[in-house]
Amino acid sequence: MKLDLKKLKLREVNEKLQSLDRKQNDRNFTIVNPEGNHALCAGLTDEININIKGHVGYYCAGMNQKAQITIDGNVGTGVAENMMSGKVHVKGNASQSAGATAHGGLLIIDGDASSRCGISMKGIDIIVKGSVGHMSGFMSQSGNMVVCGDAGEALGDSLYETNIYIRGKVKSLGADCVEKKMDKNHIKKLNSLLKNASIKNLKAESFKRYGSARKLYNFKIDNVSSY
Amino acid sequence: MCGIVGIYLKTKKFEKSLGKMLSGMLNNMESRGPDSAGFAIYKDEEKKIFKYSLCIGDLDFNKFKKEISKKINKSKLNQYSDHVILKTPIEPKTVIKIINNSFPEISLVGYGNSIEIFKQVGNPKDVVKKFKLDSFSGTHGIGHTRMATESAITTDGSHPYSTGKDECLVHNGSLSNHNNLRRKLIKKGNIFNSENDTEVAAGYVSNSLSNKKSLKDTLVSGLKDLDGFYTFITGTKKGFAVVRDEIACKPAVIAETKNYVAIASEFQAMAHLPDVNSAKIFEPEPGIVYSWGN
Repeated sequence: MKLDLKKLKLREVNEKLQSLDRKQNDRNFTIVNPEGNHALCAGLTDEININIKGHVGYYCAGMNQKAQITIDGNVGTGVAENMMSGKVHVKGNASQSAGATAHGGLLIIDGDASSRCGISMKGIDIIVKGSVGHMSGFMSQSGNMVVCGDAGEALGDSLYETNIYIRGKVKSLGADCVEKKMDKNHIKKLNSLLKNASIKNLKAESFKRYGSARKLYNFKIDNVSSY
Repeated sequence: MCGIVGIYLKTKKFEKSLGKMLSGMLNNMESRGPDSAGFAIYKDEEKKIFKYSLCIGDLDFNKFKKEISKKINKSKLNQYSDHVILKTPIEPKTVIKIINNSFPEISLVGYGNSIEIFKQVGNPKDVVKKFKLDSFSGTHGIGHTRMATESAITTDGSHPYSTGKDECLVHNGSLSNHNNLRRKLIKKGNIFNSENDTEVAAGYVSNSLSNKKSLKDTLVSGLKDLDGFYTFITGTKKGFAVVRDEIACKPAVIAETKNYVAIASEFQAMAHLPDVNSAKIFEPEPGIVYSWGN
């Protein structure tokens, strides 16, 4: 089914996708003329396929559950923020805070993601084929972030147990973020993530893994005089 | 919040529709700034003519025309709602003095050889209509929709701010060291007409340009001297420049085609522009100055 945002209001499109008529069994949707609208495809809960033809605004596919959403264009701030499950594939570039606070699912960005990619992520897998901006992985808690290009300043600042894999250069590491050893399990996991994103030409061994030094976890009594 | 927009034409193809392109962008940025709106349009005129953009407020246009013609020879006036564009070969120093002394109720919004500035409180859609932006042609233009977070909703508190010949600046964000910087700039001879933080940034740029620094160097040193959150677009006679602070919380997106460069706070402001879907679209990186035409 084709949904045209030049003819339908944003709210009509979202309401339709959020409350599908299950008798119709219509599972494939194409959205045309998104024209940078915000919160497109937010809050979907059904196993449906959506193809958005064009550039979208903020919070596209936010809170997604189960839906598979492909964007043939760029996305604004907070794509797939708080996603629970499903898959979001951005064929262009993403703005800041891509995949923010997301609990699950898979986010693939073919281009670059700007600052704060994966901020406070809680279990999502994010794969960026290009580079990410500054403060990416800030306070991220679990899940995997894979970057085939470079990372900006303060990568993984104050992170918990997210695994960050970077293939290119890291401008600087944030507080408590360190490079870590890649063991067999990490290689296996990374290879399966690359496979999920249809990346065939890159080997897991060419990436470096970053994670928490676990020094900021608990209050240290030695630091009491600083407060 | 605020919305900022700008277009710089690389070729002559869209010169006649510049106003229409800019008005569409401003209308789409209403959601980011419903309190006031303004725009600056650059259009080359005869070399020795100066254009003065004046907000005459409630003053009767015909009465003003009669009085100013007595004081300033060879003046031509065009009225756009409560704004007037005064064209004359007489130098700014003289004209500004006459306006300040004889018409204290009138505010000089901007002046130069090519700039025309209009700004007013109200919904961007109404402001754009009032000043007939659709009918303007030109080489480049900058616009702003304001959601006031700092200083009052007045014409003087609206953007763009022009503090030098053919210069203007629009701002999305807020500055935290503007009072200190204002005091420093006043000592150096700058004049400010409002309590607004953005006017200080505009004054900073004017001061630096008058000291023969390039626009690019000015904005690079601004990254150190201006403390706060910002995406700025600064216009000059030849083009414009864009810069975001290093934290880059305030958004900006650029679309470049072979005919134009457009910048806006959000992509939706540019969705109506010709060939935008085939444009090169990117976000300006934090702390990097981008400029066109300068």
